[in-house]
Amino acid sequence: MLTLQCPHCGVHAEETELTGGGEAHLKRFGPGSDDDAFEGYLFLRENPKGVHFERWRHSYGCGKWFHAARCTVTMEVFGTYTAQTSKPPQDLLDRISEKRPGWRWRDLNEPA
Amino acid sequence: MSTRLATGGRLIDRSKPVRFQFNDTWLSGFEGDTLASALLANDKVMVGRSFKYHRPRGIVASGAEEPNALVNLGKGARHEPNQRATTTELFDGLYATSQNHWPSLEFDIGAINAKLARFLPAGFYYKMFIHPRPFWKHIYEPFIRQSAGLGRAPDPETRDPDTYEHFYAYVDVLVVGGGVAGLQAAKAAAKSGARVLLIEQTAHWGGRAAVDGGMVDGQPARDWIAATVKTLEGMENVTLRTRCMGAGVYDHGYVLGYERLNDHQPQADGPRHRLWRIRTKQIITATGAIERPISFAGNDLPGVMLASAVRDYVVNYGVAPGERTVVVTNNDDGYRTAIALKAAGLAVPAVIDPRVHAIDPPLVAQAKAAGIEVLMGRAVAKAKGGRRVTGIVVTAHSGEGAALREIACDCVAMSGGWSPVVHLWSHCGGKLTWDAHHAFFRPDPAKAPTGADGAPFVHVAGSANGYLFLKDVLQDAENAGRVSVGLERDPAPDANSEHAAPIHPVWMMPAKAGDDLRAKAWLDYQNDVKVSDVQLAAREGFESVEHTKRYTTLGMATDQGKLSNINGLAILSDALGEDIPQVGTTTFRPPYTPISMGAIAGQARDEIFQPIRKTPVHAWHEENGAVWEPVGQWRRPYCFPRKGESKHQAVRREVRATRNGVGLLDASTLGKIVVKGSDAGRFLDMLYTNLMSTLPVGKCRYGLMCTENGFLTDDGVVARLDEDTFLCHTTTGGADRIHAHMEEWLQTEWWDWKVYTANLTEQYAQIAVVGPKARVLLERLGGMDVSKEALPFMQWADGTLGSIPARVFRISFSGELSYEVAVPAGRGREFWDLCLHVGADLGITPYGTEALHVMRAEKGFIMIGDETDGTVIPQDLGLNWAISKKKADYIGKRAQERSHMTSADRWQLVGLETLDGSVLPDGAYAVADGRNANGQRNTQGRVTSTYYSPTLDKGIAMGLVHNGPARMGEVVVFLKEDGETKVKARIVNPVFYDPKGEKQDV
Ligand SMILES: [Zn+2]
Repeated sequence: MLTLQCPHCGVHAEETELTGGGEAHLKRFGPGSDDDAFEGYLFLRENPKGVHFERWRHSYGCGKWFHAARCTVTMEVFGTYTAQTSKPPQDLLDRISEKRPGWRWRDLNEPA
Repeated sequence: MSTRLATGGRLIDRSKPVRFQFNDTWLSGFEGDTLASALLANDKVMVGRSFKYHRPRGIVASGAEEPNALVNLGKGARHEPNQRATTTELFDGLYATSQNHWPSLEFDIGAINAKLARFLPAGFYYKMFIHPRPFWKHIYEPFIRQSAGLGRAPDPETRDPDTYEHFYAYVDVLVVGGGVAGLQAAKAAAKSGARVLLIEQTAHWGGRAAVDGGMVDGQPARDWIAATVKTLEGMENVTLRTRCMGAGVYDHGYVLGYERLNDHQPQADGPRHRLWRIRTKQIITATGAIERPISFAGNDLPGVMLASAVRDYVVNYGVAPGERTVVVTNNDDGYRTAIALKAAGLAVPAVIDPRVHAIDPPLVAQAKAAGIEVLMGRAVAKAKGGRRVTGIVVTAHSGEGAALREIACDCVAMSGGWSPVVHLWSHCGGKLTWDAHHAFFRPDPAKAPTGADGAPFVHVAGSANGYLFLKDVLQDAENAGRVSVGLERDPAPDANSEHAAPIHPVWMMPAKAGDDLRAKAWLDYQNDVKVSDVQLAAREGFESVEHTKRYTTLGMATDQGKLSNINGLAILSDALGEDIPQVGTTTFRPPYTPISMGAIAGQARDEIFQPIRKTPVHAWHEENGAVWEPVGQWRRPYCFPRKGESKHQAVRREVRATRNGVGLLDASTLGKIVVKGSDAGRFLDMLYTNLMSTLPVGKCRYGLMCTENGFLTDDGVVARLDEDTFLCHTTTGGADRIHAHMEEWLQTEWWDWKVYTANLTEQYAQIAVVGPKARVLLERLGGMDVSKEALPFMQWADGTLGSIPARVFRISFSGELSYEVAVPAGRGREFWDLCLHVGADLGITPYGTEALHVMRAEKGFIMIGDETDGTVIPQDLGLNWAISKKKADYIGKRAQERSHMTSADRWQLVGLETLDGSVLPDGAYAVADGRNANGQRNTQGRVTSTYYSPTLDKGIAMGLVHNGPARMGEVVVFLKEDGETKVKARIVNPVFYDPKGEKQDV
């Protein structure tokens, strides 16, 4: 059972206090988008064995959404950060690269 | 026979006899006994029968690994099946019965299965029961029900009279296991000041060292144990718990502990079991090791036991499992049993050891010196006997089993070596490595379970880590304790070092045992899996250990293969011609031993299982005979039957009274969410299909909310309170969900918009005053103008009613003149009572959810959850008028543009009127011609809401029908619940009552 630190209120929250919200950093496609783009947005999800970026809500705490970077195999948590961003902070990406050289996730590649 | 010895037994108190019953016979034991030791003291060696063949089964072990001695414990409401006699502490009045026999333990009809053994091979269930199908009902199932299954489940009507609780603990280091390793590790960790919790599954500290002895720091092991426990008890940063098992290790240092507080004293106050929900930074598993049986023919006879268990019974309980015990061992440790038995004055006719020693190791020499005959290079060809072992046949271990000699005995103590208890290490991903020298799997320190920071959080100590000698165990434990708190390693207390000859792995005895012997050599006692079964599975192509396990049921019994897994794995590896590590182990899953359902539930039962949400008027409903309907976590009155009235009659009365006079509804459960901020209008335009930003202050608008997938998810009336503030009403079940939905979009997509939300659902009581006389009633209350001119339909106003502050909405879910009045929650009951008082002569009638539903159905209003089911879009429900054509975007708009959503082929909302006036069954399907690929009738629609209408005195319904609105007047056929009886219904306008909407707008 995971614990994640809520970046909003600082609490190390038990998984039972949290609600998972699936993959992070989706780009919304609305009216006018083509079928493929809309399908990708609504249905297609990363399912990595390894580094993953997810949305969580501190439902039974402060109520805020946040993002977490986690290894789906070992449950290592690389960091949590605000949900109010379209991409993970660079220092977090650097930290992941240090621990998981060569990792890839969507268009987030390891810096050369 | 097995008896109580005249002296000895370090755990029992001979001055305190304890009376108990087994199979309705009164027996006697001592305080400190387990049920198993007390049964053995009373010569009850055979205590049950096996699952498949109903073979006699005796006590094999002395602890949690026991596969055979499972009993029904207690009776009536306290009856509990499958309780291990070896871990059941004896108490006065204990009542136990044996399991899995019919009609009696001594004579069991199911034992005939044993004679049919050749028809019950591995994979029997898969092979035999597939066909023919009719055999299931008449032959297989009755046969299985009669003769299979272990304990009986309690009567479903009984209620557990005991209480249980959950307990949360947060520590730095959790040590699981209170043997010498656990004690030493706890001490080493605690010295740093870390908060340490040490739990031990039995009632006693010290583990095996307390039985097997040795010297630590110059004192006998037992004294060292007592002194160390005392030291730990004196440290304020250390918590110790006995009778508390480490059940499972989970991600990020979460551990479940299972404490059995009162199993041994059922009359005591307090909870019976406590589930510890522990969050720890580091875990040390000092869980010891379990001895392995040896696979020889007849090794399942009562009286054949683990060597360590035999000496436990002698040393701990002063019980001799047999008068003449043959020891068969492939390692030096087994000799301890021979020596202990001899010291207790019991006969040990021989130790049989397949090894050959050039120089006798110390324990072998000690046994010989005690006058015990040691047969080297020898093996047991088979054990003989029926309900009890009577002797063994000795053979050469290297051969096929030719008899060299027979030895009479009533007990066989076997030791096939030891397996570290690696369960807790493995639960969270710790890997194992095969130690060929010791012939066991041990934790691989390079592949420890890792935590949130990516670093190992589980450490192993002592024999759980593969160290079998006292000195090594203590040093390993000291290391584990120090490493767990980030310290360097340090020397441990000194202990006597030992020398032992290496184990000789024996997976089958004798080495070349023939078919007849292999078919009687048991691996899994409880599930009746033999060496021959695993070999057959291998021949049939089962190469994966996980598949073999399921095919043969090896290790799938309640003991989860604690004794059988390694032996079975070795047999499989041999049959496949592979090395043991290549074949690998099966997965270890929590809990370590079964834990009670009561402990899992904890306090969450009866009225606190799920707390009930109550409106401010709840008590009135209760006092006035409300029939309750659960709606989410709320309880809402379904109707208020009067004396002698049926529910149906009550609903009819409530509807008529409301339509003709005035009704009163407690609508407090409706969600009330305030959305505020300069971007609130813009936000609601995205949230609702309607255009909400244009709603004038003071007005109300009915709105629809969809998911991003286009489906209708909630509806309700929105009121604009001021330029920046909207009040959104949601459905009763939807308040929390919709509030969360709003927050999700605000926080994760439009976070730069200036909008705030607050869920005020419980801040207000909301009372609907409904019916042609509603205005009269409010005017009598006085305080504000509620005339048509001052407060027209679909508007709201703030004021006071009967001196209570009120916000009055002129909205209607019934089609009648209707005011929904929101008052502060604390004054809700006062307002309700006031309405009843003032309206008494108007015939004011409280009504419940069913009258509400009937009236809304008469008006053709949809209900979320009836007309919608997560596949319905607003366009299906004729709600196009509530979907803005002007907006470029709203949540769900893009999804509703998909070809399937815009197809003319959808099922759409219509009214349904039966030709005979009857009420259609809820959910009934309208059939179409032909059948689908599965041979089922094609359908063309279904009923979503159906009621008897008291207003129209006939059945009315709404339904979704294929292309329905274009088929007005057409008659379609629905099927009743029996799937055959036809009911004809005409497709009509769903608004049955006041289609022009004149009554609500007066
Ligand atoms: Zn938080």
